[in-house]
Amino acid sequence: MAIPFGTEQLSIYYGHFQAVKQISLTFPEASVTALIGPSGCGKSTFLRSLNRMNDEIAGSRTEGHIWMDGNDLNEPGTDVIKLRQKIGMVWQKPNPFHKSIYNNIAFGPRYRGTKSKKALDEIVEKSLRRAALWDEVKDRLHDSALALSGGQQQRLCIARALSVDPQILLLDEPASALDPVSTGKVEELISELKQELRIVIVTHNMQQAARISDYTAYFYLGSLVEHGETEHIFTNPDNRLTQEYIMGRFG
Amino acid sequence: MRMKPKTADKIATVVIVVLALFIVVLLLGLLGFILFRGIGQINWHFLTSAPQLLKGGGGIGPQLFNSIFLLVLTLIITIPLGWGGGIYMAEYAKPGRITSFIRLVVEVLSSFPSIVIGLFGLLLIVNKFGLGFSLLSGAMALAIFNLPLMVRTTEQAFRAVPKEQKEAGLALGLSKWKIITSILLPVALPSLITGTILASGRIFGEAAALMFTAGMSSPPLDFTDWNPTSPRSPINPLRPAETLAVHIWKVNSEGIGPDSKEIAAGASAVLVILVLAFNLSARWIGRVVYRRMTASK
Repeated sequence: MAIPFGTEQLSIYYGHFQAVKQISLTFPEASVTALIGPSGCGKSTFLRSLNRMNDEIAGSRTEGHIWMDGNDLNEPGTDVIKLRQKIGMVWQKPNPFHKSIYNNIAFGPRYRGTKSKKALDEIVEKSLRRAALWDEVKDRLHDSALALSGGQQQRLCIARALSVDPQILLLDEPASALDPVSTGKVEELISELKQELRIVIVTHNMQQAARISDYTAYFYLGSLVEHGETEHIFTNPDNRLTQEYIMGRFG
Repeated sequence: MRMKPKTADKIATVVIVVLALFIVVLLLGLLGFILFRGIGQINWHFLTSAPQLLKGGGGIGPQLFNSIFLLVLTLIITIPLGWGGGIYMAEYAKPGRITSFIRLVVEVLSSFPSIVIGLFGLLLIVNKFGLGFSLLSGAMALAIFNLPLMVRTTEQAFRAVPKEQKEAGLALGLSKWKIITSILLPVALPSLITGTILASGRIFGEAAALMFTAGMSSPPLDFTDWNPTSPRSPINPLRPAETLAVHIWKVNSEGIGPDSKEIAAGASAVLVILVLAFNLSARWIGRVVYRRMTASK
């Protein structure tokens, strides 16, 4: 039986170095999965492989399967452009386009063929509302996105990812460059969004993982040490390594 | 005894400021000298009428027109090639032997003396291709002369765009070409335009590459004849054309008119003013374009 969305025996190499070792992990619907682990444990590499962004890194090689609705995304014939419209991504550092707030959101849908102004207006409003940014920017949609604060820029990037209606959202430490208030807003937003889509988030912040995720996967040296419900992982992990990391003994 | 750090710091500051001042004074002195000698010559008659090499009292009209027209022709050749090459180097070329080789060629070419490019143009473009002394030959020689700079400026402008911009485009499911044209280009455009205008300044002042390609004479021009195939038409690309910089050299070295020194001084002043205008406008235009493209204030 095919897994709806997840990986099977996924390995990623940079040259001869194996950064991710045969990881099998599934992401249940309408849930947040947090990937935790010390720096260099392969969690970001793993995350970036899910929408094939690792392809862009010279010398990287991915083996194994990434299943989505019965298709293996790691097949060479996969249309990555189509695939990336279904799997959105947001990074640690906000990276809005050097365009107006409106055009940051409208850009993706317009590229995919939505031409009418009315439809685009609707998408822009809907995406900004979903990212809890609408009220703050509705009067200056045509100002530069670069004039927004860091936290607003990050929510704009989330709105931009939502504009093409993805089924999955990959977040790479989305709040680690933000102040506590903005972090709170982004976390709230993640909890809202998981009603409608699957979210995979890499985070270094244990409290954050405990607060917002339903499932947690602990990575260490490229291997998946433990995976399960967040409550279980944080209160009664099966593995000693997981416990030590969560308790802050190393990492 | 060792110097106190504070004293050392003071001495270094003074030395650096003096050196900087020296450069500024040198530049201003040079500019002042050229302008002082030449500015009195500049009037409407001087800028528009044809030169009178024997009896004096002529102007630099055709030369000025030739310089501007040649610049336009050169840019028509260089911009697509230079921008295209730069984009290839920044976004498509995979690191490896071929890319390093291309880069080496570009660097070697950019350090070529312009007189050598002029001679190369004479042998290949003027003689072998049979284009003769013409604006087109000159434009092609200038394109060779200018291309390395253009490729490098373009590559650097694209490389200077944060890689997060490209990642955002990729993650949104955009094609590479769409990312280049709609996301990277608007960010890189101000530097591209600045680089192109600065290169234009160099093209405008170039003489050595043109003496044997665009030629050192200009046929009598008829500014009412805009048929590009007629030999007297100013916009005929196959006619010989002496540019302003070449004219200065010629008048200064072999002018026999009674006022050739004054003509050279006036023409130099015009040339310097135009090159200055190119340089000053480059920054300003770059800023304006960036604002237009990105909706920023």
